[in-house]
Amino acid sequence: MGLGSASDPAIELVGIDKKFGAVHANKNINLTVAKGSIHGIIGENGAGKSTLMSILYGFYQADQGEIRISGRPATIRDSQAAIASGIGMVHQHFMLVENFTVLENVMLGAEGGQLLAKGTSSVRKELKRLEDDYGMEVDPDAVVEELPVGTQQRVEILKALYRGAEILILDEPTGVLTPPEADHLFKVLRVLRDQGKTIILITHKLREIMAITDTVSVMRRGEMVATRKTAETTVEELAELMVGRRVLLRVEKGDAAPGNVLLSVRNLTVKDSRGVVMVDDVSFDVRAGEIVGIAGVAGNGQSELLEAIAGIRKPSAGEVWIDGKPAAGIDPRRLRELGLAHIPEDRHHMGLVLKFEEYENAILGYHRDQRFGRGPMLDLDAIRKEAEEKIAKYDIRPPNSRLRTANFSGGNQQKIVVAREIERDPKLLLIGQPTRGVDIGAIEFIHKRIIDMRDAGKAVLLVSVELDEVRSLSDRILVMFAGKVVGEKSGDANEQALGLMMAGIAA
Amino acid sequence: MSTTSVQLPGWINYGVIPLINLMLALFFSGLVVWAIGENPFEALQLLVAGALGRGEGIGFTLFYTTSFIFTGLSVAVAIHAGLFNIGSEGQAYLGGLGAALVALSLDRYVPWYVTMPFAVIGAALFGAACAAIPAWLQAKRGSHIVITTIMFNFITSSLMNYVLVHLLIVPGKMAPETRTFLPGGQLPKLDWLIALFGGKLGAAPLNVSFLIALVMCFLVWVLIWRTKLGYEMRTLGISPSAAGYAGIPYAKIVMIAMLISGGLAGMMALNPVMGASGRLQIEFVGGAGFVGIAVSLMGRNHPAGIVLSALLFGILYQGGAELSFDMPSITRDMIVVIQGLVILFAGALEYMLRPAIVRLYQQVGGGK
Repeated sequence: MGLGSASDPAIELVGIDKKFGAVHANKNINLTVAKGSIHGIIGENGAGKSTLMSILYGFYQADQGEIRISGRPATIRDSQAAIASGIGMVHQHFMLVENFTVLENVMLGAEGGQLLAKGTSSVRKELKRLEDDYGMEVDPDAVVEELPVGTQQRVEILKALYRGAEILILDEPTGVLTPPEADHLFKVLRVLRDQGKTIILITHKLREIMAITDTVSVMRRGEMVATRKTAETTVEELAELMVGRRVLLRVEKGDAAPGNVLLSVRNLTVKDSRGVVMVDDVSFDVRAGEIVGIAGVAGNGQSELLEAIAGIRKPSAGEVWIDGKPAAGIDPRRLRELGLAHIPEDRHHMGLVLKFEEYENAILGYHRDQRFGRGPMLDLDAIRKEAEEKIAKYDIRPPNSRLRTANFSGGNQQKIVVAREIERDPKLLLIGQPTRGVDIGAIEFIHKRIIDMRDAGKAVLLVSVELDEVRSLSDRILVMFAGKVVGEKSGDANEQALGLMMAGIAA
Repeated sequence: MSTTSVQLPGWINYGVIPLINLMLALFFSGLVVWAIGENPFEALQLLVAGALGRGEGIGFTLFYTTSFIFTGLSVAVAIHAGLFNIGSEGQAYLGGLGAALVALSLDRYVPWYVTMPFAVIGAALFGAACAAIPAWLQAKRGSHIVITTIMFNFITSSLMNYVLVHLLIVPGKMAPETRTFLPGGQLPKLDWLIALFGGKLGAAPLNVSFLIALVMCFLVWVLIWRTKLGYEMRTLGISPSAAGYAGIPYAKIVMIAMLISGGLAGMMALNPVMGASGRLQIEFVGGAGFVGIAVSLMGRNHPAGIVLSALLFGILYQGGAELSFDMPSITRDMIVVIQGLVILFAGALEYMLRPAIVRLYQQVGGGK
């Protein structure tokens, strides 16, 4: 579309400024979003996107500046006021009551009185109308937790529409979706736009910006650095605007030279705490000098597979061999001695203790090493010295080993984990979601390190929900669906074929 | 951005915030005193003078402080491993049995300084034994430690009743207590320590176990922040999933942490049993185990903070007793109300003022 100045602005932000103490989160931001358009906002973590949207949605008050909605100045004190002004928000982490039905969730907070009967019937009628108008079919009586993630997201959108939203803000909406689900979301968004709704899409995925937006604004370090018509820009230009320098978007790597089998998994079966089979009779090998990627929609057993190999979860059947030694059901400490390193999927809950100072996390899992102190004691000087060497080598910022880990950005936190695991010079490296919540500059760096590991003759097993990442890093790709490995492809496999396998449709 | 993630310098975190909390507690206590028609400033003056005015008062204050340091450390060690040990009361009680058995069997033969190390070990072993079953149930069966340690307080209480009434009672006596230990089974008073500051200990029961408590503070500090075991305990305490990832064995660390915690609680018994009364009496713990929870929370689970907050509670105990003597309208129960207010503001509402202070700090200091 890109009607530009021809159409009326739905939202105008004028001179928005917000400080948190010394942190200048938003610096004099001006933004105009045209009515009936899809407007993307991109930027690295900490660039100020979320703060800006939180101001628009009433979570924060701007220190200075003005918000105009459809040309009229608006004061948005809280989310109630935002909803009243026709702004709806779909959060990255859904705000749904999981054991309520779709209808109950849509009604929540808008019941219309002490008795539910009236609210129920009006919600049911309205859901039917939304389905007819926008093609957003969903069973109003389905319990939310039983719905696929993509449908849950649709419920979030319906919630906003039911409340009369004319302007929809979506925060990283595709993070949890399969490629087909994401396509479907985009289809819905286009219909909404064509019906006159205005959509603001916050994302760090450049491909999505190119695929769906009309206009895109780039934020960097609290400033709005550029606004472009999507049709007139390129992925390269946007990446450069985001980071402030030229970025290598393609991972450069040579051919793999696979050697001995370093990881061998045979008939592995893993159950979760409820006894549900999450990994079902899986077998594969990973050789020295190759990266094997596991593609799959989140929740199809990849996490459990990784945790079982890493010794965190006990497999209920099957064998694991690391460099020829039995390794199934062995505790993580002894696995590390066998040469295994593990960058876990969830750095906040596993890879790091966020309340620890940085140097304390730099030894997590290796704290029993004699180099970090003789006998039962810890040698803090030696630990800090080594932590500071890694900080320098991996350019972890701020370069302060005494800073609490929670106060590092996501990318730098991930670098702490990556530095700790890679610098041990392991034989086998397990990696889960290497770049989740990590900004572009750090992604480039981490990808480079992973390739270096491969080229140094290590075996790498990679799990990621970012299909692009799996494809660009892996030499071989295994696709998991419902706990089984449903197929194997080479690293340059075509995205559509992988997407179908991930959805369990083709093998 | 919320204020919880902001790092404040130590002097604010451990100095300014507790001080403001304490002032608030005193302010509301003052209102209570005023409401019953007494002069709050006079009451505060009497309380402080009673606790710190004379050598004897100081001696009593430090005697109470000693018990609270032990139980405070006990609670703190468990908290660092993510365990809420409510059982320090019972563990201290059983620890008394361990100390008494050592004293009863050795006091005839050896001087006190030979008895002492065995008594420390005996008290710690019995305290640890009392914590062992709840610890095992938590580690292996997942039974919640809060519930089981509370239950063990009752079990210990009944057990000690039985032991004192049926086994250790002096034949022919009515009081359920052991015989008085000979000097070889008693810990000497610290007259010299008070004399150093020109005071007189008088009848106050301050004794050598105060020094043992200070040594334990140092050892606990080393354990938590300077050993691999302490590192594993803290990791488990903050993030069990990170501990699992790092290969830190859950059951083992839970057992060890609880045994150390129980051992420290058990050592508390040295103070009243071998230091003050020179015999094992019924209900000698007198709530010190529960006070330890408040002491630990208020002292931010750090040995240095625990010494300070134990001292505060020592002052409240001793000064409060003097106060209710001098102002009869302020009863023993009023003192408990005041202690409750201190616990409320200094322990439970620890974070109430933090956001405001963070904002003030950011405006004035301009820190991140």
